[in-house]
Amino acid sequence: MKFSLRKTYGEPFVWLTATGLALGLIMVVGLVGLIMVKGMESFWPKRVLEIVLKNSEQPLLGQIVLKRDQSGFKDKKEWQIFLGNRDRLGEGFRFIQEDKISRLSQPLDIVVIERREYGPALGRFLKLELAQNRVLKVGDQDFYKTLNQELDIVSNQWDEIRDLEKNQIGDINAKIQKLIEKKKGLERKKYSSISKKIKVIDDKIHKLNETYNALAATASNLRQLSSQNKLVYQIFNGEEVGLALGQIISYYRPNQMGLFSRTFKFCTHLFNFLLTEPREANTEGGIFPALFGTMIMTILMSAMVTPFGVIAAIYLREYAKQGFFVRLVRISVNNLAGVPSVIFGVFGLGFFVYFLGGSLDQLFFSNRFPTPTFGTGGLLWASLTLALLTLPVVIVASEEALAAVPRGAREAALACGASKWQMIQRIVLPAALPGVLTGLILAMARGAGEVAPLMLVGVVKLAPTLPLNMTYPFIHLDQKFMHLGFHIYDLGFQSPDSDAAKPMIYATALLMIILVLALNLGAIAIREHLRRKYGSGAF
Amino acid sequence: MDQEHSKSSIVEIKNFSFFYGESQTLYDINLSIQEKCVTALIGPSGCGKSTLIRSINRMNDLVEEARHQGEILFQGDNIYHPNMEVISLRKRIGMVFQKYNPFPKSIYENVIFGLRVAGIRDSKILEETVEKSLKGAALWDEVKDRLHESAFSLSGGQMQRLCIARAIANEPEVILMDEPCSALDPIATAKVEDLLHELSKKYTIVIVTHNMQQAGRVSNYTAFLFMGKLIEFGSTSDLFTTPREKKTEEYITGRFG
Repeated sequence: MKFSLRKTYGEPFVWLTATGLALGLIMVVGLVGLIMVKGMESFWPKRVLEIVLKNSEQPLLGQIVLKRDQSGFKDKKEWQIFLGNRDRLGEGFRFIQEDKISRLSQPLDIVVIERREYGPALGRFLKLELAQNRVLKVGDQDFYKTLNQELDIVSNQWDEIRDLEKNQIGDINAKIQKLIEKKKGLERKKYSSISKKIKVIDDKIHKLNETYNALAATASNLRQLSSQNKLVYQIFNGEEVGLALGQIISYYRPNQMGLFSRTFKFCTHLFNFLLTEPREANTEGGIFPALFGTMIMTILMSAMVTPFGVIAAIYLREYAKQGFFVRLVRISVNNLAGVPSVIFGVFGLGFFVYFLGGSLDQLFFSNRFPTPTFGTGGLLWASLTLALLTLPVVIVASEEALAAVPRGAREAALACGASKWQMIQRIVLPAALPGVLTGLILAMARGAGEVAPLMLVGVVKLAPTLPLNMTYPFIHLDQKFMHLGFHIYDLGFQSPDSDAAKPMIYATALLMIILVLALNLGAIAIREHLRRKYGSGAF
Repeated sequence: MDQEHSKSSIVEIKNFSFFYGESQTLYDINLSIQEKCVTALIGPSGCGKSTLIRSINRMNDLVEEARHQGEILFQGDNIYHPNMEVISLRKRIGMVFQKYNPFPKSIYENVIFGLRVAGIRDSKILEETVEKSLKGAALWDEVKDRLHESAFSLSGGQMQRLCIARAIANEPEVILMDEPCSALDPIATAKVEDLLHELSKKYTIVIVTHNMQQAGRVSNYTAFLFMGKLIEFGSTSDLFTTPREKKTEEYITGRFG
């Protein structure tokens, strides 16, 4: 027994390496787990508690957000309670001390109302005030039926308003913008019939403006209609609040809901989060534009970085004479990967946005001055900046993949009378493609998660339209866009109510991880397909 | 050294030396290869026989810092002359490698690779070439029903014969074979050896082999290399029965190597 350690010399190192892996795994699982739990929790319809405190008659209504030790006391807890009703109370959250609570209950009639503004309201329904002074009390037989009907009508009106404002008015604005540009262009030229042409354009603009006004009037009409009927509810301090139905997105009574309906509500919340636009300075609503922007930008970046990287790698590995200079280039490329990303952002701003974009504007879009088109941050420049940032990863991986193509394959091609380029194109590149894709996967993972450079070259807090939409020319490379990474930063550090934004931050972070994972899985699927196609045997 | 057959020689190696960087692997080789014969290069490992055969179609160009002296004449032209087009040279001097190396493509595409890179698109020509080449490599009957399957679905021996078919699809004048059977089992080896016999009616074949029995079975001429030098060259029957050099005798009787 005494010498058993000697026999298994090296055994401790197995444990050491395993511990290293285990520590890494624990950290990753912990991080993802935390984000997952916190992110998912925010969609779950929590029960609303009625809390009676010892020193006060008036019960509070709220949802528990967290329980923690009171500062300085080990055995005393305090709860953070979400009260909602930010419009009335001024604050959405309150801390209460656990030992001051005298009674807790979950009354069935508590409602959570999701509103378009000011976040949710917690309280009890009182009555519904309809047109022609019709009033329905909460106890009335068809109170809920009427409420649901009215809400349906209002929600249709809102859809209509949205369509009017986003699509139709947006279209007209685009047309007017085009005409104004044309007019500006004409004004610069000097020939006899010019004033006639300008007049034609002016007429067109005038007509469009009329349509615009008509549409705007319809929209504001609809808005008024949607705020005719009122719902009155009472919040915990006894105050009665009237709310236009148009402000209500939905309502639910969490204390009456069973597991099934809570799950259903959870899914609704989740879908709303994924598929709708943000509201209330991004702290409410969904994140669809950010998700979409991130995806489009990552795909564009991949489309740009892959050819560049592969071409560079081919020259470095296949054509360049291996020597001091090539070594120097290789070292520089490797080191480029370590340059702080914000420096790439500054470069992108200076070179792409101001220099390239500015020149493009001078050449093609001078009619739009002083509004810059490409001379300001946008999707194209952001993708290019990130492509530059991830280029080293792709070059290094591609080079390695090219080097790993066995000599037998190259020789076979040459022996058949292929030129060097034919050999590369027909044999080496296909065989190296899976390795190139591995590089692309790494590049995407890095690129999708970058925030700092994007803040300089085209990401905004709120973009009015998606970079890919139904307005000609459908993909708008010059447009600013939203990004999940920036969204997280913005919610966490720039939002007016960071407590309210917290669940959104977790959810957004989770979504970001899932998005990167999904993009990676896509690339991995392509890689496996290629491996099957070109793999095995001598390769 | 042995120049008696120079009248019908197709490849002539004259005072050829070869260097990898500082180290010299071939010393002043003189050898002439006869048309439509099988010439075997034998010798112990590292004697330079692979370097020599790979010099004939300039495969060594791939190696950096490789350098040579002397010349190799192919039908009278120096293949190392700057005006020599190496691509057309390699079409006329095909090569089969030690480890079968089909491309990750279909059997069909493997055979016509040389035609594809030459830019031939006429499907009639391509199909004819596939059939002719596979027949020439004695593989047609085995694969004619699955030409569009991956080449990797074949067995090792079949893959090597596919590589031979790929080489003869270009209709070369010379086929270089660098230990073509060393990765094959005895049955597959026998098949390839039979094939060599057939091929030598149409093509000039240079084969590097480790296996002296094989050299004896398949070749008309044999060259024995040792330490980068050509020790003896002559008709196979002479070299194996009455070697002139002591080293040759020692090697073929198995005393070293």
